[in-house]
Amino acid sequence: MYALPLLSLSIWIPIGFGLLVLASGNERNAGFVRILALVGALLGFLVTLPIYDGFSVATHGFQYVEEREWIDTFNSSYHLGVDGISLLLVLLNSFTTVIVVIAGWEVIQKRVSQYMAAFLILSGLLNGVFCSLDGLLFYVFFEATLIPMFIIIGVWGGPNRVYASVKFFLYTLLGSLLSLVALMYLYFAAGNSFSLQDIYDTPLALGPQIFIFLAFFMAFAVKVPMWPVHTWLPDAHVEAPTGGSVVLAAIMLKLGGYGFLRLSLQIVPDASHALSGMMIFLSLVAVVYIGLVALVQTDMKKLIAYSSISHMGFVTLGLFLFNAQGLEGSVLQMISHGFVSGALFLCVGVLYDRMHSRQIADYGGVVNSMPVFATFFMLFAMANAGLPGTSGFVGEFIVIMGAMQANFWYAFAAATSLIFGAAYTLWMYKRVVFGAVANEHVAQLKDINLREFLILGLLAVAVLLMGLWPNPFAELIHTSVTDLLAHVMHSKLPMP
Amino acid sequence: MQYIQPLWPAFPEIFLLAMTCVILVADLFISDENRGTTYFLTQLALAGSAFLTWFISHHLNAGDPIRTFGGMFVSDMMSNVLKMTTYLGVMAVLVYSRSYLMARHMFRGEFFALALFATLGMLIMISANHLLILYLGLELLSLSLYAMVALQRDSAKATEAAMKYFILGALASGMLLYGMSMIYGATGSLELTRMASLIDDNAAKNVGLILGLVFVVAGIGFKLGAVPFHMWIPDVYEGSPTAVTLFLGSIPKLAAFAFMIRLLVQGLGNTDIQMHWQQMLVVMSVLSLAIGNIAAIAQTNLKRMLAYSTISHMGFLLLGIISGGVNGYVSSMFYAIVYVLMNLGAFGMMLLLSRDGFEAEHIDDYKGLNQRSPWYAFLMLIIMLSMAGVPPLVGFYSKFSVLQSIVENGNIGLAVIAVIFSLIGAFYYLRIVKVMYFDEPVDTSVIAPRNDAKWLLTINALALLFFGLMPQSLMVLCANSILGSL
Repeated sequence: MYALPLLSLSIWIPIGFGLLVLASGNERNAGFVRILALVGALLGFLVTLPIYDGFSVATHGFQYVEEREWIDTFNSSYHLGVDGISLLLVLLNSFTTVIVVIAGWEVIQKRVSQYMAAFLILSGLLNGVFCSLDGLLFYVFFEATLIPMFIIIGVWGGPNRVYASVKFFLYTLLGSLLSLVALMYLYFAAGNSFSLQDIYDTPLALGPQIFIFLAFFMAFAVKVPMWPVHTWLPDAHVEAPTGGSVVLAAIMLKLGGYGFLRLSLQIVPDASHALSGMMIFLSLVAVVYIGLVALVQTDMKKLIAYSSISHMGFVTLGLFLFNAQGLEGSVLQMISHGFVSGALFLCVGVLYDRMHSRQIADYGGVVNSMPVFATFFMLFAMANAGLPGTSGFVGEFIVIMGAMQANFWYAFAAATSLIFGAAYTLWMYKRVVFGAVANEHVAQLKDINLREFLILGLLAVAVLLMGLWPNPFAELIHTSVTDLLAHVMHSKLPMP
Repeated sequence: MQYIQPLWPAFPEIFLLAMTCVILVADLFISDENRGTTYFLTQLALAGSAFLTWFISHHLNAGDPIRTFGGMFVSDMMSNVLKMTTYLGVMAVLVYSRSYLMARHMFRGEFFALALFATLGMLIMISANHLLILYLGLELLSLSLYAMVALQRDSAKATEAAMKYFILGALASGMLLYGMSMIYGATGSLELTRMASLIDDNAAKNVGLILGLVFVVAGIGFKLGAVPFHMWIPDVYEGSPTAVTLFLGSIPKLAAFAFMIRLLVQGLGNTDIQMHWQQMLVVMSVLSLAIGNIAAIAQTNLKRMLAYSTISHMGFLLLGIISGGVNGYVSSMFYAIVYVLMNLGAFGMMLLLSRDGFEAEHIDDYKGLNQRSPWYAFLMLIIMLSMAGVPPLVGFYSKFSVLQSIVENGNIGLAVIAVIFSLIGAFYYLRIVKVMYFDEPVDTSVIAPRNDAKWLLTINALALLFFGLMPQSLMVLCANSILGSL
């Protein structure tokens, strides 16, 4: 074990650097600010590597646990720890932050220091959510992430950014406030404790469980987002700057999935079982219906946003099947979606920076002027469609296997997504990249530069690595998933 | 010595009164150029009183309440904490308003004398253990405030505000006094602790007592600005000079909180009677949350918006009292202190941005503040989000602890209502953030406030962040003071 409080470092290094960047920044020294931000992001990523290195995959329960006094009045402590699932998400988040900082290098010319600082602080807060083992601490981190994202969308976003950012903020705030009331109820039920472990151990009757489940559902379904509370996502994505879209898709949506598996499933397992039909239905609607919605989009970012909702449907589907494949596939799908959707938003960003248009109709024949870019785009489009050998395949396949165990028709409905996914992604790819050169702007496009090559290359490696050799990922989460499943199958109803 | 000693608990008030008289007279001999002397003397008087209060709390009443003037005046943990907050608040108000007052030719002795008298009134209210003392303190406060609102005598708006405030305030005082007389008739005592011991289950069925309670609660509602007694708040906030709005909108709420604790909890805390006032407060609280938050959305004037926001904050404050338990009172006190801190910051920012002939009171005046001064925009961001109750800012914990105390009493429905209205509330606070960060500036003049105000505002706003990360110390302070006083 390491003596350093690594989890705390992974939270506070990015936040500390973010504040430093904010304090040192003005419009003149943008170059220095970018380098400082990159150093912060890299350090934040590097500090998570020893966590991975020292993590024991066979150990049950949480590792790297830190516990300090925080708010004694509420018996709430600064209690951190990771299991395989949260560790994977922490790694994904820290990795994405580096990518985002590099992606914003030249693109952002307006208020650079605030942009970089917002992403670094957001990254630290997200790590905090994934590491919290205390209900109140979890909630504080969960809510605090709204502030930087609100600013990111609102300041650097597209023309309709104000509407999108306010919608994003209020939508997500409504859900989380209700879950706050549920947490307070649990606090008293667990004998005045916010510790998640104590709350897990508290027996609860089915009635309260259902209400608590619905309150959590409001918070997490909005984040995932599940149909029908997904409408904020396309707006937010379309208006957000590229970096914002990447973090939103790759990490912030995972907060919802993570919340379901860390809070809903374990705190109210009986209600989760009772309402699993509803959850599976909503997930399948997301997978199928939203997949069809994606098909008719004319805006590339919107198309990818809808495809995100459809793919996140697999995550929630897997969580509520209550078998090992479902859960494991769902976690892998979260990670894979983090890579793939992030990469796709970066690809759209690359095009948008050159053409200032996201409309599919404005493009055509991009391959003629940007062959290297077209190759990368091809890989990520295939991954989005779930081609074997890419990361997109792994998660979806395992979830479908899990669904097959539960009910053939679930699997059948979910599997249609492989068709729709391929249809909307590849059709978009065809219209944008192939065909005749659409106009002279397209003909004059410059291929990606070294910086863009670097970020797309890193993501391509990740996508292929996970697709061809998913074992390290699966191994990391295996014990945690087994524990989780044991927990979920164990009824918490009080003994009569 | 033996004659003086019993008066020790009231020494801060006596000192402040003496100093106020000195300042009132001394100011006559100070010329306009040297008016700064009056300002410093005022700050000195407040600091001196603060020292005396600190001295008393550390050396005389080690935790236990001590009484004087035949039990009419009490000094306990709660009064000490609230008084300290009051001194700090008034001192901050004076720092923030200095250049504002100078630019508007209001930097005169009267302002300081009135502010000190109002402070004295609040101190007396906080320490009162007797209905008459409570009333005297309240009237001293109110009369000083009426005059302060009208200080800008050439302004029609301010005069109208003062008139409205005075008439409605006098009505409320009348109701309060009427209610007190009924309570006296029913219980036979004006002293709160004695009153509590006189009320038994028989007395609790006394209709006269309940009727008196209704009037008293209405009076309190007026002073707090809770719906349906809130009509004066928006107009008075908007019409008064911003420096006066800052004063009357923030610190007196501490005294009003003490008023509620003394009268309702210490005096009329009998379980049967508690049920009666709780019912009234529930209605007032829910209506305040609803009307305050919804009406604030429609405002374009920041002062009016903050006025409605105050109404909704008072709704939250009442929720803590309603929950009835010690935790509820603690959370309410925590809320009051945090509210003062946030309100000082918000109006302080308004004063800081205003200059000669420009009030910075319209929401549009904040457009593009981030481009004019990123630091002030950041501070205002903290203040607004704290008011909205977004973690990790202290406004979150104040709302949280109030909600917690309601849920503890099994009143989850009320908690959900409060939560939904604070969501609506988040919208208009966000609008300020939106205009500051997302819009282009219309006004590009340089912001050049005095250094002392600038630093104080920085400390004030960062305190919201600091207590948001580490709320424990402040919560323990509130818990100890309530536990030490009940």
